[in-house]
Amino acid sequence: MRTREEELKSLGTDFTFGFIQVMDGEKDPRNLLVAFQIVRDLVLKGYALGPFVEELFEVTSCYFPIDFTPPPNDPHGIQREDLIVSLRAVLASTPQFAEFLLPLLIEKMDSELQSAKLDAVQTLSACCAIYGPKELQAFLPSLWASLRREVFQTASEKLEAECLGALTALAACLSHAVLHADTHDLLDAFLSSVLKDCRHHLCEPDMKLVWPSAKLLQAAASASLRAYHHIAGSVLPLLLEQYNQHPQGCNLGPVLAPLQSSQRRTILEMLLGFLELPQKWGHEEGDETVLLDVRGPLCSVVSSALTDPSVQLQVVGVRVLTVLGTLPGLLVASDLDLAVDHLTRLVLHEEDPQSSMAAMEASGTLAPAHPGAFTDRMVRALAQELQTERADEGTRHQRCLQALAAVSTHPSIVRETVPVLLQHLRDLQRGSEPGDTGKMASLCRSLHRMAVQSQHDPESCSFYHRAVVPCLLGLALQAALQEDALLAPGKALLEEEALTSMVPIISAASTHLSPELAVQSAALMVPLFLDGDVSFLPQNSFPCSFQPFQDGLCLAAQRRLVILLMAFICSLPRNVPIPQQDRLLRELLALSCACDCPFAATAAAKCFAGLVNKHPEGAQLDEVLQLALNRLEPGLAEGPHRTQALGLLLWVTKALVLRYHPLSSHLTDKVLALLGDTELGPAAAEGLGLLLGDAPDVLHRGCHADVRLMYRQRFFTDNVPRLVQGFHAAHSDVKANYLKGLSHVLNHLPKPVLVTELPTLLPLLLEALSCLDGGVQLSTLRCLQPLLLEAPRALSPHGDTLVTKFLSLTDSPTMAVRIAALRCIHALTSLPTPGLLPYKARVIRALAKPLDDKKRLVRKEAVVARGEWFLLGSPGR
Amino acid sequence: MVGPGLGPALENANPLVFRRSGERPVTAREEDDDLPDAIDDREIFDLIRSINDPEHPLTLEELNVVEQVRVKVNDAESTVAVEFTPTIPHCSMATLIGLSIKVKLIRSLPERFKVDVHITPGTHISEHAVNKQLADKERVAAALENSHLLEVVNQCLSARS
Repeated sequence: MRTREEELKSLGTDFTFGFIQVMDGEKDPRNLLVAFQIVRDLVLKGYALGPFVEELFEVTSCYFPIDFTPPPNDPHGIQREDLIVSLRAVLASTPQFAEFLLPLLIEKMDSELQSAKLDAVQTLSACCAIYGPKELQAFLPSLWASLRREVFQTASEKLEAECLGALTALAACLSHAVLHADTHDLLDAFLSSVLKDCRHHLCEPDMKLVWPSAKLLQAAASASLRAYHHIAGSVLPLLLEQYNQHPQGCNLGPVLAPLQSSQRRTILEMLLGFLELPQKWGHEEGDETVLLDVRGPLCSVVSSALTDPSVQLQVVGVRVLTVLGTLPGLLVASDLDLAVDHLTRLVLHEEDPQSSMAAMEASGTLAPAHPGAFTDRMVRALAQELQTERADEGTRHQRCLQALAAVSTHPSIVRETVPVLLQHLRDLQRGSEPGDTGKMASLCRSLHRMAVQSQHDPESCSFYHRAVVPCLLGLALQAALQEDALLAPGKALLEEEALTSMVPIISAASTHLSPELAVQSAALMVPLFLDGDVSFLPQNSFPCSFQPFQDGLCLAAQRRLVILLMAFICSLPRNVPIPQQDRLLRELLALSCACDCPFAATAAAKCFAGLVNKHPEGAQLDEVLQLALNRLEPGLAEGPHRTQALGLLLWVTKALVLRYHPLSSHLTDKVLALLGDTELGPAAAEGLGLLLGDAPDVLHRGCHADVRLMYRQRFFTDNVPRLVQGFHAAHSDVKANYLKGLSHVLNHLPKPVLVTELPTLLPLLLEALSCLDGGVQLSTLRCLQPLLLEAPRALSPHGDTLVTKFLSLTDSPTMAVRIAALRCIHALTSLPTPGLLPYKARVIRALAKPLDDKKRLVRKEAVVARGEWFLLGSPGR
Repeated sequence: MVGPGLGPALENANPLVFRRSGERPVTAREEDDDLPDAIDDREIFDLIRSINDPEHPLTLEELNVVEQVRVKVNDAESTVAVEFTPTIPHCSMATLIGLSIKVKLIRSLPERFKVDVHITPGTHISEHAVNKQLADKERVAAALENSHLLEVVNQCLSARS
């Protein structure tokens, strides 16, 4: 048939008849799959069927519904599902089969067999895609009766969903009919019968069949806009009336009130279902006349739900409101004002956090559609609340801040909310007391959320950047430039915690800047820090000049602000040129090596590393790196600032490892060499964790850093052999550093890579278990535990050592180590059982002791592990 | 001892199912290395609530066979008393359930504890006989020598997949 189509067609109906005779009585599923494919081709490629349509249908439909279970060990791999799908493709291939197929489908839907029902309903859905109203007309009443019965009585959710889908498909098929003035409109007639059978269930007081009825109606209504109008026009007024018939809870007895409110919630949820349907076909077709007709009652129902004492009712009300508000042109100004007032009230005064969260979320969704109403009413009310706010109302204060951030989803609202929050920040700083760090933190969280929300809108983003960054800097400077800055009021802003929480704000406000603004901003920021040029800051009359990079004791506070420079400059896109980059790098380098304050030194080192990571390849970069090396070598060798030098070394190494810079291996060697240093060794070992972990503020992809794929794997293959070597050569009192470093590297490595490398590392890991350092023990145990589960075969030969070491660690003075050791003992049970049985009695005896551990969390792990060992090799496991 | 699964039909085919209590939240005190945590009722209840019922794919907690209020522990005196309530008064699984609880507690508690497992008074027709069997150390030990019985107990104690 593939190659001789013309010739076969010229045979006419003889070929069709011949094929029918051949296929008749076929039983082998392999042949059937081919036969179904051929029938489908006969139909679709236009072979002459002639008088044999019914025969062709009979010869295929006798297999429907497919009842076939593949024999065990079937080499052909034909599944029941394959046959079902290919037979369905045949049956639903042409409208010519309709008169034979539809009665068959109805018969199968009425059968007892679940699978037959399901298959029939799915086939019906498939048929509706190609049938016209003409084919369906005669069978509509019985189809509807069958579908309705299944939905009303069904036990299976899947069947119910399929029936609803079939109903939608039916109605959609009817909607496609071209209307002639004189013909009877099938769709209207069909929908009327649907309405007739379902509508009265919505009004019944016991509400038993409300959900199935509502689902049927919604399924029919979702078929097309016309169907929606027909059904919604009848159902919406009914539901609204029903809602009002279940009166407010307050004037009923206490027993009836909750019942009534749950009924009203059901009605409201059904309403919500109908209101959400128009979203399916977009708004462009949009005459929402149906909804416009019931706008008034709808609004009053929502209002009553929002003022109801029941939290569930409030939450559904908020969702209905969200849908109404997003339909364009539905709500008029006065409705909106009322809606916004309701939301504001829920946000501020509703005790239940669930409703107030829902209200905040709704505000965020609705604000872009109606920015005016939200700025005029909600933002104003929240701002007032913030100002009059009293010290004892912590939650309301927090809600205010959260809501202000949540509602800032439109540029014009951002314009209003940002100044409110900044003013609040100024107020907080002016009166700041020690207890205010919590408020400061929640304020910073809100500012950060707003920054993230406005990142993708260029207008909001640039406004936010221009408003917030100078203000934060101004406030921080003001605090830092006072005499005795670290004692003066306002010092709250200078605490490490406060400065650290400003970093994500500035960073988020800078990552998505337009290139022009980024250049402009950089041209202001760099001179501020290098030359103390404060002219662009608000309120820039400061008692003394800003010189964070100068020497001098009284400048300690100023140096801390370098972290803000880092937040900005390390978040810029890579193509933004940094003015005076060379000089800036030198100053940062000097500060990072020579500053007494570890906070400022680290900030400078990170900033330097962030810039080096993005610095274009070339002579200039080489020169900068050479400079850094020149500082590092003497700094690391001796002197009071060895720790700072190590910090710089680590951050620069990280910057270069990430971008595969050739110098990175030289620097890594230096770090590895320091593991043998008695003073810096432990810090260097921790540093390996820093090199491979993700930093939250700099050197990650979010801030445009140059991060290559698989740098961790590469680091691993390059350096682990050297670590192992170093360990063997090292003096005994620094061996722990190597183990700790190794365990950090392993912890950051993807597990599949680790499993393949295991054989070479296992001796070292076992040695690490005997190391006295709790940290090393812990990270080694955490490394071994997944390996026990994932690669039991590789570990199996070491059962004896593992059991001994794990058991001895259950005595550790550190709770975390005891817990990790017990988890490993539990994980041991996944090794092949025969190898474990010799240890069973010993482990069970030894685990009796941790069962009486003083810590509950340890006992819990011991119980699980011991229980599992009891089951080992025992019947019934 | 009554063997399990004597009749093919379930005795209580359609039991009432109760809600499981969530994992016990970890407190700051529990995370402090230095402070000791005493063994309390909830800890014992957590040990036995996840035991599987011998005939339903449900836990004893879901069937309300064990409840936290029916668990009493005294850490200082090293005693534990657990009452369990069979779902129906003529439940032939009562002994087996009691045995599972007892074995679970023996395996999970320090040796110093004296474990007492018995039926909630007035909830089973042969309450005394079952209690007597469960209290008899030698009969419990002998029951666990029976590999068929051990298998069923182990199935009750296996973690549900």
